[in-house]
Amino acid sequence: MNYYHENCVNSCNKGGKNIKKLIVSDNPSLLPSSAEFIKTKVIDNEQIAEGVFLISLERHFDFDPGQVTGIHFKPAPDARLYSIASGINDEHIKILFDIQPGGFISPFLAERKKGDNLFVTTPFGWFTCYEKPAWWIATGTGIAPFASMFFSGLGKDKILIHGGRTAGSFFFQEEFAAVLQENYIRCCPGENREGIYSGRLTAWLEEQENLPADQAFYLCGRAEMVVEVRDILIRKGIPFKNIYSEIYF
Amino acid sequence: MSKEPLFGKTYDELRAIATLLDIPSFSARQIAEWLYKKNISSIEEMTNLSKETRRRLAEKYETGLIPYKKVMESADGTRKYLFPTRQGKFVEAAYIPESRRNTLCLSTQVGCKMGCLFCMTGKQGFQGNLTAGEILNQLRSIPELENVTNLVYMGMGEPLDNLQELMKSLEILTSEYGFAMSPRRITVSTIGLIPGIREFLKKSNCHLAVSLHSPFEEERRHLMPVESVYSLAQVIEELKSIDMGKQRRISFEYIMFRDMNDTPRHVRELVRLLGGMRCRINLIRFHPVPGVPLKSSDSVKMEQFREALNKKGLFTTIRQSRGEDIYAACGMLSTKTPAGETDRDF
Repeated sequence: MNYYHENCVNSCNKGGKNIKKLIVSDNPSLLPSSAEFIKTKVIDNEQIAEGVFLISLERHFDFDPGQVTGIHFKPAPDARLYSIASGINDEHIKILFDIQPGGFISPFLAERKKGDNLFVTTPFGWFTCYEKPAWWIATGTGIAPFASMFFSGLGKDKILIHGGRTAGSFFFQEEFAAVLQENYIRCCPGENREGIYSGRLTAWLEEQENLPADQAFYLCGRAEMVVEVRDILIRKGIPFKNIYSEIYF
Repeated sequence: MSKEPLFGKTYDELRAIATLLDIPSFSARQIAEWLYKKNISSIEEMTNLSKETRRRLAEKYETGLIPYKKVMESADGTRKYLFPTRQGKFVEAAYIPESRRNTLCLSTQVGCKMGCLFCMTGKQGFQGNLTAGEILNQLRSIPELENVTNLVYMGMGEPLDNLQELMKSLEILTSEYGFAMSPRRITVSTIGLIPGIREFLKKSNCHLAVSLHSPFEEERRHLMPVESVYSLAQVIEELKSIDMGKQRRISFEYIMFRDMNDTPRHVRELVRLLGGMRCRINLIRFHPVPGVPLKSSDSVKMEQFREALNKKGLFTTIRQSRGEDIYAACGMLSTKTPAGETDRDF
Protein backbone atom coordinates (compact mmCIF):
# COMPACT_ATOMS: atom_id res chain seq x y z
CA MET A 1 0.00 0.00 0.00
CA ASN A 2 1.36 3.38 -0.95
CA TYR A 3 1.11 5.30 2.27
CA TYR A 4 3.45 8.09 1.33
CA HIS A 5 5.32 9.64 -1.51
CA GLU A 6 8.66 11.24 -1.17
CA ASN A 7 8.24 13.93 -3.77
CA CYS A 8 5.53 15.68 -1.76
CA VAL A 9 7.80 18.05 0.02
CA ASN A 10 6.96 20.75 2.47
CA SER A 11 9.77 22.69 3.88
CA CYS A 12 10.51 24.69 6.93
CA ASN A 13 13.47 26.82 7.76
CA LYS A 14 15.54 26.00 10.81
CA GLY A 15 18.54 28.16 11.42
CA GLY A 16 18.80 28.98 7.76
CA LYS A 17 18.70 25.32 6.84
CA ASN A 18 15.91 24.17 4.62
CA ILE A 19 14.41 21.04 6.15
CA LYS A 20 12.56 18.71 3.83
CA LYS A 21 9.41 17.10 5.10
CA LEU A 22 8.32 13.90 3.42
CA ILE A 23 4.60 14.13 3.85
CA VAL A 24 2.30 11.16 3.81
CA SER A 25 -0.24 11.64 1.08
CA ASP A 26 -2.81 9.09 2.13
CA ASN A 27 -2.89 9.72 5.82
CA PRO A 28 -4.69 6.88 7.58
CA SER A 29 -3.60 8.16 10.92
CA LEU A 30 -5.78 8.25 13.96
CA LEU A 31 -3.80 11.15 15.25
CA PRO A 32 -5.08 14.71 15.24
CA SER A 33 -5.95 15.71 11.69
CA SER A 34 -3.14 18.23 11.71
CA ALA A 35 -0.52 15.52 12.31
CA GLU A 36 1.21 14.15 9.22
CA PHE A 37 3.54 11.19 8.93
CA ILE A 38 7.10 11.78 7.84
CA LYS A 39 9.62 9.13 6.86
CA THR A 40 12.83 9.47 8.81
CA LYS A 41 16.04 7.58 9.54
CA VAL A 42 17.63 6.39 12.73
CA ILE A 43 20.86 8.25 13.45
CA ASP A 44 21.74 6.44 16.66
CA ASN A 45 20.09 4.20 19.24
CA GLU A 46 21.72 3.89 22.62
CA GLN A 47 20.63 1.82 25.61
CA ILE A 48 21.23 4.17 28.52
CA ALA A 49 19.82 2.02 31.33
CA GLU A 50 18.23 -1.37 31.69
CA GLY A 51 15.35 -1.41 29.22
CA VAL A 52 15.67 2.32 28.51
CA PHE A 53 16.86 3.74 25.20
CA LEU A 54 17.64 7.12 23.70
CA ILE A 55 17.03 7.02 19.96
CA SER A 56 18.17 9.84 17.68
CA LEU A 57 16.32 10.46 14.43
CA GLU A 58 16.80 12.66 11.41
CA ARG A 59 14.98 15.89 12.04
CA HIS A 60 12.33 17.09 9.59
CA PHE A 61 10.29 19.58 11.59
CA ASP A 62 10.33 22.33 14.16
CA PHE A 63 8.58 21.85 17.47
CA ASP A 64 7.85 23.44 20.79
CA PRO A 65 9.66 21.91 23.75
CA GLY A 66 7.21 19.59 25.52
CA GLN A 67 5.41 18.43 22.38
CA VAL A 68 4.93 14.80 21.39
CA THR A 69 5.39 12.91 18.15
CA GLY A 70 3.73 9.71 17.00
CA ILE A 71 6.11 6.90 16.01
CA HIS A 72 5.45 3.77 13.98
CA PHE A 73 7.19 1.49 11.53
CA LYS A 74 4.56 2.51 8.98
CA PRO A 75 2.11 5.42 8.72
CA ALA A 76 -0.58 3.61 10.62
CA PRO A 77 -3.42 4.52 12.96
CA ASP A 78 -1.91 3.07 16.08
CA ALA A 79 1.24 5.16 16.23
CA ARG A 80 2.58 5.50 19.76
CA LEU A 81 3.10 8.94 21.21
CA TYR A 82 6.44 9.94 22.70
CA SER A 83 7.59 13.25 24.11
CA ILE A 84 10.50 14.75 22.22
CA ALA A 85 13.54 14.84 24.53
CA SER A 86 15.88 17.03 22.49
CA GLY A 87 16.20 20.78 22.30
CA ILE A 88 14.71 22.99 19.62
CA ASN A 89 18.12 23.80 18.18
CA ASP A 90 19.50 20.27 18.25
CA GLU A 91 20.35 18.71 14.91
CA HIS A 92 18.41 15.52 15.60
CA ILE A 93 15.16 14.55 17.27
CA LYS A 94 15.75 12.43 20.36
CA ILE A 95 13.22 10.15 21.96
CA LEU A 96 13.65 8.61 25.39
CA PHE A 97 11.70 5.40 25.79
CA ASP A 98 11.52 2.26 27.84
CA ILE A 99 10.45 -1.14 26.64
CA GLN A 100 6.84 -1.74 27.55
CA PRO A 101 6.04 -5.38 28.31
CA GLY A 102 3.57 -6.49 25.66
CA GLY A 103 4.08 -3.29 23.68
CA PHE A 104 4.52 -3.52 19.94
CA ILE A 105 6.35 -0.29 19.16
CA SER A 106 8.87 0.00 21.98
CA PRO A 107 10.46 -3.49 21.48
CA PHE A 108 10.63 -2.71 17.76
CA LEU A 109 12.22 0.67 18.45
CA ALA A 110 14.77 -0.90 20.77
CA GLU A 111 16.08 -3.02 17.89
CA ARG A 112 16.46 -0.19 15.39
CA LYS A 113 19.95 0.51 14.11
CA LYS A 114 21.58 3.47 12.40
CA GLY A 115 20.12 3.91 8.93
CA ASP A 116 16.83 2.12 9.63
CA ASN A 117 13.66 3.84 8.51
CA LEU A 118 10.88 4.95 10.84
CA PHE A 119 7.78 7.08 10.53
CA VAL A 120 7.16 9.99 12.85
CA THR A 121 4.33 12.47 12.89
CA THR A 122 4.63 16.18 12.90
CA PRO A 123 4.66 17.31 16.54
CA PHE A 124 1.60 18.24 18.52
CA GLY A 125 0.48 18.79 22.09
CA TRP A 126 0.42 21.69 24.51
CA PHE A 127 2.51 20.54 27.46
CA THR A 128 4.76 23.52 27.05
CA CYS A 129 6.32 25.73 29.70
CA TYR A 130 7.65 29.16 28.89
CA GLU A 131 6.80 30.45 32.35
CA LYS A 132 9.42 31.22 34.89
CA PRO A 133 9.87 30.50 37.62
CA ALA A 134 8.26 27.07 37.61
CA TRP A 135 8.69 23.60 39.05
CA TRP A 136 9.24 20.53 36.91
CA ILE A 137 8.44 17.18 38.52
CA ALA A 138 9.12 13.90 36.73
CA THR A 139 9.91 10.25 37.16
CA GLY A 140 11.40 7.71 34.79
CA THR A 141 11.11 8.58 31.12
CA GLY A 142 8.66 11.30 32.14
CA ILE A 143 11.74 13.51 32.23
CA ALA A 144 11.67 13.72 28.42
CA PRO A 145 9.55 16.87 27.95
CA PHE A 146 11.55 18.66 30.63
CA ALA A 147 14.78 17.58 28.97
CA SER A 148 13.49 19.16 25.77
CA MET A 149 12.65 22.36 27.63
CA PHE A 150 16.01 22.33 29.39
CA PHE A 151 18.01 21.71 26.22
CA SER A 152 16.00 24.49 24.58
CA GLY A 153 17.30 27.01 27.09
CA LEU A 154 14.25 27.14 29.32
CA GLY A 155 15.98 25.91 32.48
CA LYS A 156 16.45 29.34 34.04
CA ASP A 157 14.49 29.81 37.29
CA LYS A 158 13.25 26.24 37.20
CA ILE A 159 13.36 23.70 39.99
CA LEU A 160 13.52 20.12 38.77
CA ILE A 161 12.39 17.33 41.09
CA HIS A 162 13.48 14.05 39.55
CA GLY A 163 12.37 10.69 40.93
CA GLY A 164 13.92 7.36 40.07
CA ARG A 165 13.98 3.74 41.16
CA THR A 166 17.77 3.58 41.08
CA ALA A 167 20.63 6.07 40.92
CA GLY A 168 21.08 5.02 37.30
CA SER A 169 17.64 6.08 36.27
CA PHE A 170 18.25 9.83 36.42
CA PHE A 171 18.55 10.34 32.71
CA PHE A 172 20.45 13.53 31.68
CA GLN A 173 21.43 14.10 35.32
CA GLU A 174 24.93 15.40 34.51
CA GLU A 175 23.52 18.11 32.24
CA PHE A 176 20.78 19.05 34.71
CA ALA A 177 23.12 19.13 37.72
CA ALA A 178 25.71 21.28 35.93
CA VAL A 179 23.23 24.03 35.14
CA LEU A 180 20.46 23.80 37.71
CA GLN A 181 22.79 22.96 40.60
CA GLU A 182 20.84 23.16 43.88
CA ASN A 183 17.62 23.48 41.91
CA TYR A 184 18.05 19.91 40.68
CA ILE A 185 16.74 17.48 43.29
CA ARG A 186 17.03 13.76 42.77
CA CYS A 187 14.93 11.39 44.88
CA CYS A 188 15.62 7.70 45.12
CA PRO A 189 14.45 5.32 47.86
CA GLY A 190 17.31 3.45 49.51
CA GLU A 191 20.00 5.57 47.87
CA ASN A 192 22.37 7.21 50.35
CA ARG A 193 24.67 8.90 47.89
CA GLU A 194 25.49 12.57 48.40
CA GLY A 195 23.29 14.84 46.39
CA ILE A 196 20.43 12.36 46.22
CA TYR A 197 17.48 12.49 48.58
CA SER A 198 16.99 9.03 50.06
CA GLY A 199 13.30 8.53 49.64
CA ARG A 200 10.46 8.84 47.23
CA LEU A 201 9.82 12.02 45.34
CA THR A 202 6.46 12.22 47.10
CA ALA A 203 8.18 12.03 50.50
CA TRP A 204 10.45 14.92 49.55
CA LEU A 205 7.44 16.99 48.55
CA GLU A 206 5.65 16.11 51.78
CA GLU A 207 8.62 17.48 53.75
CA GLN A 208 8.48 20.88 52.06
CA GLU A 209 6.80 23.47 54.22
CA ASN A 210 6.45 26.49 51.97
CA LEU A 211 5.82 25.55 48.39
CA PRO A 212 5.13 28.73 46.39
CA ALA A 213 1.43 28.89 45.65
CA ASP A 214 1.94 31.49 42.94
CA GLN A 215 4.26 29.39 40.80
CA ALA A 216 3.40 26.82 38.16
CA PHE A 217 4.04 23.10 38.69
CA TYR A 218 4.49 20.81 35.72
CA LEU A 219 4.19 17.05 36.26
CA CYS A 220 5.03 14.22 33.89
CA GLY A 221 5.07 10.49 34.48
CA ARG A 222 2.82 7.55 35.10
CA ALA A 223 -0.75 8.15 36.20
CA GLU A 224 -0.10 6.97 39.77
CA MET A 225 2.73 9.45 40.21
CA VAL A 226 0.96 12.39 38.65
CA VAL A 227 -2.23 11.86 40.65
CA GLU A 228 -0.39 11.39 43.94
CA VAL A 229 1.88 14.38 43.41
CA ARG A 230 -1.06 16.54 42.36
CA ASP A 231 -2.89 15.57 45.55
CA ILE A 232 0.12 16.51 47.67
CA LEU A 233 0.52 19.85 45.94
CA ILE A 234 -3.15 20.69 46.38
CA ARG A 235 -2.99 19.66 50.02
CA LYS A 236 -0.02 21.97 50.47
CA GLY A 237 -1.93 24.92 49.11
CA ILE A 238 -1.03 24.96 45.42
CA PRO A 239 -4.12 26.02 43.42
CA PHE A 240 -4.99 23.29 40.94
CA LYS A 241 -5.00 25.97 38.26
CA ASN A 242 -1.23 26.21 38.74
CA ILE A 243 -0.71 22.48 38.13
CA TYR A 244 -0.12 21.14 34.62
CA SER A 245 0.09 17.40 34.01
CA GLU A 246 1.09 15.06 31.27
CA ILE A 247 0.44 11.37 31.75
CA TYR A 248 1.71 8.40 29.76
CA PHE A 249 -1.11 6.61 28.06
CA MET B 1 -2.13 -23.14 34.76
CA SER B 2 -5.71 -22.01 34.27
CA LYS B 3 -7.49 -22.74 31.05
CA GLU B 4 -8.26 -20.11 28.46
CA PRO B 5 -11.73 -18.56 28.74
CA LEU B 6 -14.22 -18.95 25.91
CA PHE B 7 -16.47 -16.15 27.13
CA GLY B 8 -15.50 -12.99 25.29
CA LYS B 9 -14.39 -14.77 22.10
CA THR B 10 -15.83 -13.45 18.86
CA TYR B 11 -17.36 -15.79 16.30
CA ASP B 12 -14.17 -15.65 14.22
CA GLU B 13 -12.10 -16.55 17.26
CA LEU B 14 -14.41 -19.47 18.05
CA ARG B 15 -14.06 -20.69 14.46
CA ALA B 16 -10.29 -20.53 14.85
CA ILE B 17 -10.57 -22.60 18.01
CA ALA B 18 -12.72 -25.14 16.18
CA THR B 19 -10.05 -25.46 13.51
CA LEU B 20 -7.32 -25.72 16.12
CA LEU B 21 -9.11 -28.50 17.99
CA ASP B 22 -10.20 -30.23 14.81
CA ILE B 23 -13.87 -30.13 15.76
CA PRO B 24 -16.68 -29.35 13.31
CA SER B 25 -16.63 -25.72 12.19
CA PHE B 26 -20.36 -25.37 12.85
CA SER B 27 -19.54 -25.94 16.51
CA ALA B 28 -18.37 -22.31 16.64
CA ARG B 29 -21.91 -21.01 16.20
CA GLN B 30 -23.25 -23.53 18.71
CA ILE B 31 -20.64 -22.50 21.28
CA ALA B 32 -21.45 -18.82 20.69
CA GLU B 33 -25.12 -19.46 21.30
CA TRP B 34 -24.40 -21.33 24.53
CA LEU B 35 -22.08 -18.58 25.71
CA TYR B 36 -24.13 -15.54 24.76
CA LYS B 37 -27.76 -16.60 24.46
CA LYS B 38 -28.13 -19.33 27.06
CA ASN B 39 -27.13 -19.06 30.65
CA ILE B 40 -24.72 -21.97 30.84
CA SER B 41 -21.76 -21.94 33.16
CA SER B 42 -19.77 -24.95 31.98
CA ILE B 43 -18.73 -26.59 28.74
CA GLU B 44 -20.46 -29.76 29.93
CA GLU B 45 -23.79 -27.97 29.60
CA MET B 46 -23.29 -27.42 25.85
CA THR B 47 -25.36 -30.48 25.16
CA ASN B 48 -25.76 -30.13 21.41
CA LEU B 49 -22.02 -30.60 21.05
CA SER B 50 -20.82 -34.17 20.87
CA LYS B 51 -19.18 -35.59 23.95
CA GLU B 52 -15.89 -35.78 22.05
CA THR B 53 -16.14 -32.09 21.06
CA ARG B 54 -16.88 -31.12 24.64
CA ARG B 55 -13.97 -33.21 25.86
CA ARG B 56 -11.55 -31.55 23.44
CA LEU B 57 -12.86 -28.11 24.33
CA ALA B 58 -12.64 -28.74 28.06
CA GLU B 59 -9.03 -29.87 27.80
CA LYS B 60 -7.86 -26.37 26.94
CA TYR B 61 -10.76 -24.06 27.62
CA GLU B 62 -13.31 -23.09 30.22
CA THR B 63 -16.28 -20.76 29.99
CA GLY B 64 -14.38 -18.19 32.03
CA LEU B 65 -17.38 -16.69 33.78
CA ILE B 66 -16.47 -14.95 37.02
CA PRO B 67 -19.10 -14.51 39.75
CA TYR B 68 -19.24 -11.16 41.51
CA LYS B 69 -17.63 -11.05 44.93
CA LYS B 70 -19.73 -8.39 46.58
CA VAL B 71 -22.83 -6.32 45.96
CA MET B 72 -23.96 -3.09 47.63
CA GLU B 73 -27.43 -1.63 47.27
CA SER B 74 -28.24 2.07 47.37
CA ALA B 75 -31.33 3.56 48.96
CA ASP B 76 -32.38 4.49 45.40
CA GLY B 77 -32.14 0.88 44.19
CA THR B 78 -28.79 1.18 42.39
CA ARG B 79 -26.61 -1.87 42.92
CA LYS B 80 -22.84 -1.85 42.74
CA TYR B 81 -21.09 -5.13 41.95
CA LEU B 82 -17.47 -5.93 42.70
CA PHE B 83 -15.89 -8.35 40.23
CA PRO B 84 -12.48 -9.99 40.48
CA THR B 85 -10.45 -10.12 37.27
CA ARG B 86 -8.37 -13.05 36.09
CA GLN B 87 -5.24 -11.09 37.09
CA GLY B 88 -6.37 -10.87 40.72
CA LYS B 89 -7.52 -7.25 40.50
CA PHE B 90 -11.02 -5.86 40.98
CA VAL B 91 -13.48 -3.75 39.02
CA GLU B 92 -16.93 -2.39 39.74
CA ALA B 93 -20.12 -2.27 37.71
CA ALA B 94 -23.27 -0.33 38.60
CA TYR B 95 -26.80 -1.49 37.82
CA ILE B 96 -29.22 1.46 37.74
CA PRO B 97 -32.92 0.55 37.60
CA GLU B 98 -35.34 3.22 36.41
CA SER B 99 -39.02 3.23 35.62
CA ARG B 100 -38.64 2.84 31.86
CA ARG B 101 -35.19 1.36 31.49
CA ASN B 102 -32.48 -0.41 33.41
CA THR B 103 -28.92 0.66 32.74
CA LEU B 104 -25.72 -1.19 33.50
CA CYS B 105 -22.55 0.86 33.78
CA LEU B 106 -19.53 -1.19 32.69
CA SER B 107 -15.83 -0.87 33.48
CA THR B 108 -13.14 -1.42 30.86
CA GLN B 109 -9.95 -1.04 32.89
CA VAL B 110 -8.73 -1.65 36.40
CA GLY B 111 -8.14 1.95 37.44
CA CYS B 112 -7.42 4.54 34.80
CA LYS B 113 -4.42 6.30 33.25
CA MET B 114 -6.12 9.56 32.47
CA GLY B 115 -5.79 11.24 35.86
CA CYS B 116 -8.82 13.55 35.67
CA LEU B 117 -8.82 15.78 38.72
CA PHE B 118 -12.45 15.11 39.68
CA CYS B 119 -12.51 11.33 39.30
CA MET B 120 -12.17 8.77 42.07
CA THR B 121 -11.10 6.02 39.67
CA GLY B 122 -8.14 8.12 38.54
CA LYS B 123 -6.90 8.25 42.13
CA GLN B 124 -6.02 4.57 42.05
CA GLY B 125 -3.82 4.85 38.97
CA PHE B 126 -3.82 2.16 36.33
CA GLN B 127 -3.55 -1.55 37.01
CA GLY B 128 -4.50 -3.08 33.69
CA ASN B 129 -6.93 -3.53 30.83
CA LEU B 130 -9.92 -5.83 31.00
CA THR B 131 -10.42 -8.44 28.32
CA ALA B 132 -13.63 -8.44 26.28
CA GLY B 133 -14.69 -11.42 28.38
CA GLU B 134 -14.12 -9.54 31.61
CA ILE B 135 -16.05 -6.55 30.28
CA LEU B 136 -19.00 -8.70 29.20
CA ASN B 137 -18.84 -10.79 32.35
CA GLN B 138 -20.08 -7.73 34.26
CA LEU B 139 -23.32 -8.08 32.31
CA ARG B 140 -23.50 -11.84 32.13
CA SER B 141 -22.84 -12.50 35.80
CA ILE B 142 -25.32 -10.21 37.51
CA PRO B 143 -28.75 -11.50 38.50
CA GLU B 144 -30.43 -8.66 36.57
CA LEU B 145 -29.02 -9.88 33.24
CA GLU B 146 -32.43 -10.32 31.66
CA ASN B 147 -33.63 -6.92 32.89
CA VAL B 148 -30.82 -4.80 31.48
CA THR B 149 -32.06 -2.59 28.66
CA ASN B 150 -29.15 -0.17 28.23
CA LEU B 151 -25.40 -0.38 28.58
CA VAL B 152 -23.07 2.52 29.21
CA TYR B 153 -19.30 2.20 29.12
CA MET B 154 -18.86 4.82 31.82
CA GLY B 155 -17.43 2.80 34.68
CA MET B 156 -13.79 2.45 35.63
CA GLY B 157 -11.24 3.28 32.95
CA GLU B 158 -11.13 5.02 29.61
CA PRO B 159 -12.82 2.67 27.12
CA LEU B 160 -10.97 4.00 24.08
CA ASP B 161 -7.65 3.36 25.82
CA ASN B 162 -8.56 -0.33 25.66
CA LEU B 163 -9.81 -0.16 22.11
CA GLN B 164 -9.25 -3.70 20.91
CA GLU B 165 -11.11 -5.34 23.79
CA LEU B 166 -13.79 -2.65 23.71
CA MET B 167 -14.49 -3.29 20.03
CA LYS B 168 -14.58 -7.05 20.57
CA SER B 169 -17.06 -6.63 23.40
CA LEU B 170 -19.25 -4.37 21.23
CA GLU B 171 -19.17 -6.89 18.39
CA ILE B 172 -20.34 -9.66 20.71
CA LEU B 173 -23.03 -7.47 22.23
CA THR B 174 -24.49 -6.34 18.91
CA SER B 175 -23.97 -9.40 16.71
CA GLU B 176 -26.68 -11.85 15.84
CA TYR B 177 -24.48 -14.67 17.15
CA GLY B 178 -23.95 -12.80 20.42
CA PHE B 179 -26.29 -10.84 22.68
CA ALA B 180 -28.02 -9.29 19.63
CA MET B 181 -28.45 -5.95 21.40
CA SER B 182 -29.30 -2.85 19.44
CA PRO B 183 -26.29 -0.52 19.21
CA ARG B 184 -28.76 2.26 19.98
CA ARG B 185 -28.91 0.96 23.52
CA ILE B 186 -25.18 1.14 24.05
CA THR B 187 -23.18 4.28 24.80
CA VAL B 188 -19.40 4.43 24.97
CA SER B 189 -17.86 7.30 26.87
CA THR B 190 -14.48 8.86 26.24
CA ILE B 191 -12.47 11.80 27.49
CA GLY B 192 -11.51 12.49 23.90
CA LEU B 193 -8.81 10.13 22.64
CA ILE B 194 -8.91 11.04 18.98
CA PRO B 195 -7.32 7.81 17.72
CA GLY B 196 -9.97 5.77 19.47
CA ILE B 197 -12.83 8.07 18.46
CA ARG B 198 -12.09 7.63 14.78
CA GLU B 199 -11.75 3.87 15.05
CA PHE B 200 -14.86 3.55 17.17
CA LEU B 201 -17.02 5.68 14.87
CA LYS B 202 -15.76 3.79 11.84
CA LYS B 203 -16.43 0.31 13.17
CA SER B 204 -19.37 0.68 15.54
CA ASN B 205 -22.87 2.12 15.43
CA CYS B 206 -23.12 2.62 19.17
CA HIS B 207 -23.60 6.04 20.68
CA LEU B 208 -20.64 8.14 21.78
CA ALA B 209 -20.43 10.35 24.85
CA VAL B 210 -17.54 12.79 25.20
CA SER B 211 -16.49 14.16 28.59
CA LEU B 212 -16.31 17.88 28.03
CA HIS B 213 -16.49 19.61 31.45
CA SER B 214 -15.17 22.94 30.20
CA PRO B 215 -15.30 24.58 26.78
CA PHE B 216 -12.13 26.51 27.57
CA GLU B 217 -8.95 24.63 26.77
CA GLU B 218 -6.84 26.17 29.52
CA GLU B 219 -9.50 25.40 32.13
CA ARG B 220 -10.09 21.89 30.80
CA ARG B 221 -6.35 21.27 30.87
CA HIS B 222 -6.34 21.62 34.66
CA LEU B 223 -9.26 19.23 35.01
CA MET B 224 -8.18 16.70 32.40
CA PRO B 225 -4.49 16.18 31.56
CA VAL B 226 -5.45 14.65 28.19
CA GLU B 227 -6.14 18.19 26.99
CA SER B 228 -2.37 18.68 26.70
CA VAL B 229 -2.26 16.06 23.96
CA TYR B 230 -5.69 15.94 22.33
CA SER B 231 -7.36 19.31 22.66
CA LEU B 232 -11.10 19.73 22.85
CA ALA B 233 -10.99 21.87 19.70
CA GLN B 234 -9.40 18.96 17.83
CA VAL B 235 -11.97 16.53 19.23
CA ILE B 236 -14.84 18.74 18.11
CA GLU B 237 -13.22 19.23 14.73
CA GLU B 238 -12.98 15.45 14.35
CA LEU B 239 -16.58 14.92 15.36
CA LYS B 240 -17.84 17.62 13.01
CA SER B 241 -15.93 16.06 10.13
CA ILE B 242 -17.55 12.63 10.51
CA ASP B 243 -20.95 11.68 9.15
CA MET B 244 -22.73 10.29 12.19
CA GLY B 245 -25.81 9.09 10.35
CA LYS B 246 -29.29 9.78 11.58
CA GLN B 247 -29.46 7.23 14.33
CA ARG B 248 -26.22 7.68 16.16
CA ARG B 249 -26.22 10.10 19.06
CA ILE B 250 -23.28 12.18 20.22
CA SER B 251 -23.61 13.51 23.72
CA PHE B 252 -21.34 15.66 25.83
CA GLU B 253 -20.97 15.01 29.53
CA TYR B 254 -20.60 18.12 31.61
CA ILE B 255 -19.93 17.83 35.34
CA MET B 256 -20.90 21.11 36.96
CA PHE B 257 -18.41 22.70 39.34
CA ARG B 258 -19.53 25.64 41.43
CA ASP B 259 -18.16 29.02 40.33
CA MET B 260 -15.86 27.31 37.90
CA ASN B 261 -17.63 26.08 34.80
CA ASP B 262 -21.22 27.16 35.51
CA THR B 263 -21.15 30.78 34.38
CA PRO B 264 -22.83 32.61 31.48
CA ARG B 265 -19.40 32.80 29.87
CA HIS B 266 -19.38 29.01 29.73
CA VAL B 267 -22.83 28.95 28.19
CA ARG B 268 -21.71 31.30 25.45
CA GLU B 269 -18.58 29.30 24.70
CA LEU B 270 -20.47 25.99 24.65
CA VAL B 271 -22.90 27.48 22.15
CA ARG B 272 -20.03 28.71 20.00
CA LEU B 273 -18.19 25.39 20.23
CA LEU B 274 -21.08 23.01 19.66
CA GLY B 275 -23.31 25.17 17.50
CA GLY B 276 -24.39 23.33 14.38
CA MET B 277 -23.72 19.88 15.80
CA ARG B 278 -26.53 17.40 16.25
CA CYS B 279 -25.81 16.55 19.85
CA ARG B 280 -27.05 16.72 23.40
CA ILE B 281 -25.44 17.86 26.63
CA ASN B 282 -25.85 15.97 29.88
CA LEU B 283 -25.27 18.06 32.97
CA ILE B 284 -24.00 16.00 35.88
CA ARG B 285 -23.79 16.90 39.52
CA PHE B 286 -20.26 16.62 40.92
CA HIS B 287 -19.90 14.00 43.62
CA PRO B 288 -17.20 15.08 46.08
CA VAL B 289 -13.92 13.22 45.94
CA PRO B 290 -11.55 13.41 48.93
CA GLY B 291 -8.77 15.95 48.44
CA VAL B 292 -10.32 17.50 45.34
CA PRO B 293 -10.84 21.26 45.72
CA LEU B 294 -14.04 21.37 43.67
CA LYS B 295 -17.66 21.69 44.70
CA SER B 296 -20.81 20.88 42.84
CA SER B 297 -23.03 23.60 41.44
CA ASP B 298 -26.35 23.71 43.25
CA SER B 299 -29.61 22.53 41.71
CA VAL B 300 -30.82 26.04 40.90
CA LYS B 301 -27.63 26.87 39.05
CA MET B 302 -27.78 23.63 37.14
CA GLU B 303 -31.35 24.28 36.06
CA GLN B 304 -30.48 27.83 34.99
CA PHE B 305 -27.53 26.51 33.03
CA ARG B 306 -29.72 23.91 31.34
CA GLU B 307 -32.35 26.49 30.42
CA ALA B 308 -29.74 28.87 29.03
CA LEU B 309 -28.32 26.16 26.78
CA ASN B 310 -31.73 24.94 25.68
CA LYS B 311 -32.73 28.50 24.76
CA LYS B 312 -29.67 28.70 22.54
CA GLY B 313 -30.68 25.53 20.75
CA LEU B 314 -28.43 23.02 22.51
CA PHE B 315 -30.57 20.15 23.77
CA THR B 316 -29.53 19.81 27.40
CA THR B 317 -30.66 17.57 30.24
CA ILE B 318 -29.67 17.11 33.86
CA ARG B 319 -28.70 13.56 34.63
CA GLN B 320 -30.25 12.21 37.76
CA SER B 321 -27.65 11.30 40.35
CA ARG B 322 -27.86 7.66 41.38
CA GLY B 323 -26.07 5.46 43.89
CA GLU B 324 -24.09 8.18 45.67
CA ASP B 325 -24.56 6.56 49.10
CA ILE B 326 -22.72 3.43 47.94
CA TYR B 327 -20.09 5.32 45.91
CA ALA B 328 -21.61 4.11 42.67
CA ALA B 329 -22.41 7.51 41.18
CA CYS B 330 -20.58 9.14 38.30
CA GLY B 331 -16.85 9.38 38.94
CA MET B 332 -16.99 7.52 42.24
CA LEU B 333 -16.11 3.95 41.24
CA SER B 334 -12.82 2.80 42.72
CA THR B 335 -11.15 -0.42 43.76
CA LYS B 336 -8.03 1.20 45.14
CA THR B 337 -8.00 -0.82 48.34
CA PRO B 338 -8.63 -4.25 46.84
CA ALA B 339 -6.32 -3.47 43.92
CA GLY B 340 -3.39 -2.88 46.27
CA GLU B 341 -0.23 -0.90 45.67
CA THR B 342 1.24 -0.91 42.20
CA ASP B 343 4.81 -0.87 41.05
CA ARG B 344 6.05 2.66 41.79
CA ASP B 345 8.87 4.68 40.32
CA PHE B 346 8.41 7.68 42.59
